[in-house]
Amino acid sequence: MELFIQQLTNGLAVGGIYALIALGYTMVYGVLKLINFAHGDLFTIGAYLGLTLLTTLGLTNYLGPFGVVIVLALMVMGLVAIVGAALERVAYRPLRTSHRLSAVVSALGASIFFQNAVMLIYGARYKVYPHDILPRTAIHVFGLDIPLIRLLILLTSIVMMIGLYLFIQRTKIGTAIRAAAIDQGAAKLMGINVDRVIMIVFLIGPALGGAAGLMVGLYYGQINFTMGWLYGLKAFTAAILGGIGNIPGAMVGGLLLGVIEAMGAAYISIAWKDAIAFCVLILILIVRPTGLLGERVAEKI
Amino acid sequence: MKNKRIVIYVAFGVILLLSPSFLNAYWVDVLNNVGLYTILALSLNIILGHAGLFHMGHAAFYALGAYTTAIINTTYHIPILWLLPVSGLVAGLAALVVARPIIHLRGDYLLIVTIGLVEIIRIALVNNVFGITGGSNGIFGISRPVLLGWKINKPWEFFYLIWGFAAVTIFLFDRLEKSRFGRALNYLREDDVAAEGSGINTAHYKLIAFVIGAFWAGMVGNIFAAKMTIIAPESFNFWESVVLFMIVLLGGRGSIPGVILGSFLVLGLPEIFRQFATARMLIFGAFMVVMMIFRTEGILPPLPRKYPIAKVLGREGSV
Repeated sequence: MELFIQQLTNGLAVGGIYALIALGYTMVYGVLKLINFAHGDLFTIGAYLGLTLLTTLGLTNYLGPFGVVIVLALMVMGLVAIVGAALERVAYRPLRTSHRLSAVVSALGASIFFQNAVMLIYGARYKVYPHDILPRTAIHVFGLDIPLIRLLILLTSIVMMIGLYLFIQRTKIGTAIRAAAIDQGAAKLMGINVDRVIMIVFLIGPALGGAAGLMVGLYYGQINFTMGWLYGLKAFTAAILGGIGNIPGAMVGGLLLGVIEAMGAAYISIAWKDAIAFCVLILILIVRPTGLLGERVAEKI
Repeated sequence: MKNKRIVIYVAFGVILLLSPSFLNAYWVDVLNNVGLYTILALSLNIILGHAGLFHMGHAAFYALGAYTTAIINTTYHIPILWLLPVSGLVAGLAALVVARPIIHLRGDYLLIVTIGLVEIIRIALVNNVFGITGGSNGIFGISRPVLLGWKINKPWEFFYLIWGFAAVTIFLFDRLEKSRFGRALNYLREDDVAAEGSGINTAHYKLIAFVIGAFWAGMVGNIFAAKMTIIAPESFNFWESVVLFMIVLLGGRGSIPGVILGSFLVLGLPEIFRQFATARMLIFGAFMVVMMIFRTEGILPPLPRKYPIAKVLGREGSV
């Protein structure tokens, strides 16, 4: 039972990270029908920027541990959002009217570019996060010791997801995003500036991805320039699992994938961890071809 | 216009044919890799370019072919080239079994499933499934191919084997895309529903395209195993599938000359810019973005199909 709870909380924390990255995929997909393969690398950039800001600014001298993390997160999110918006402007906007696959190649090219840029700037070796940022304490619940950071990550990601959900559902800009996702042409006719909506999506998605990068750095303590591929792939899997283009779907898919992986690693085999996740995905897609929460959209004729 | 194209193709073919005489072993080996990727990308082109299925897991079938050859050759010592069709069959059958339940998935869902496939196969190989794949070390001691009593060993000998195979592939795939089958694939790529309405069994055609592509990738796996004599799971990771995917899209979906040019660019450019060492992939990534912005349909998109009225009438008349 103890193993189960430990793995469940671990899976939920990792799942929360997956969900945050998956939101970036799913929002971009919803509006542009584009798989942003460079999104995983924006996540890496977030992790590295977090490390740089942490070591150069010396925030720990002025603020307590939680203050440091909050300020850091806000700065990382802002910077990665700018990178994301620049990416959209340079690599995706010129391709908006062309075939979908052309934009996919552009995205893959951008991904290679970012990955190698990070490698050239920071070097190819693993970088280590200072481990004294957050107190390494454990919280005592039901007779179990659960690391504080695990709960914090889960909590933060859930707060961010709820915030995003409310933003999309309740605000004017959110409504515009939903309208542009349903029908860009009609949205334009209703006076929505679709270019601006896309820009906003490319600010929010990468910001969440950057925050996830910072969380991975704080949680695991080490980062590498290639990690964006694996996390990006997992998050994309999560987005598909929940039904791509669907925001609650990405959240559910991310948490579910994290838990499946943790359970698979604990109870079946750690070596087969990734294979189990993909097998579950394939089985779910065979039964529900548009993901768990994806609508059964008929193809446009 | 057409004659000009043919002159360019013939000149290119002749230069390529003679290239082992003036290139050193290193560059011949680079050309061998280009050749292998050309054949692989041409087989992916049937699936991705002609049928329009988002398939990003082609390395899975390539791996199956290579491992089939390696396992049978090292345990039963059956000559490599005899295993060429066997490797193709194993990969083709695997594709048939795997693709049957997923072929109806829409674009991006199919994409992630094929990515999952390649990862599952790689992990299975690393974990030494059934105790026959040799784990992460792979399989070594695969014998060299013997063609009509000639043992193929040196890079230039492989060059003619690989590019000979490539020539056969180009000829056959050219016939295929000009056939009724090729036209049906293009139709269902452009409009699934209209194709179905015109009496094309789309699921069936998609499945056949998938199996043909996988069969061919399996055969390339056979030659790859013979060339390397040692294979390991890392040769067949997700990144290889991405490279193939990029070759087809960068060169031009559904265009044989485009795919060949794409393989030369994607594999050749990083070799040529080796002096920039670490920055070369950075430049390559930027190049891909720029290329797609200025040539969205790929570098050499396929020429439109033409049916000159005189030819059509002539054929009708003779019937």
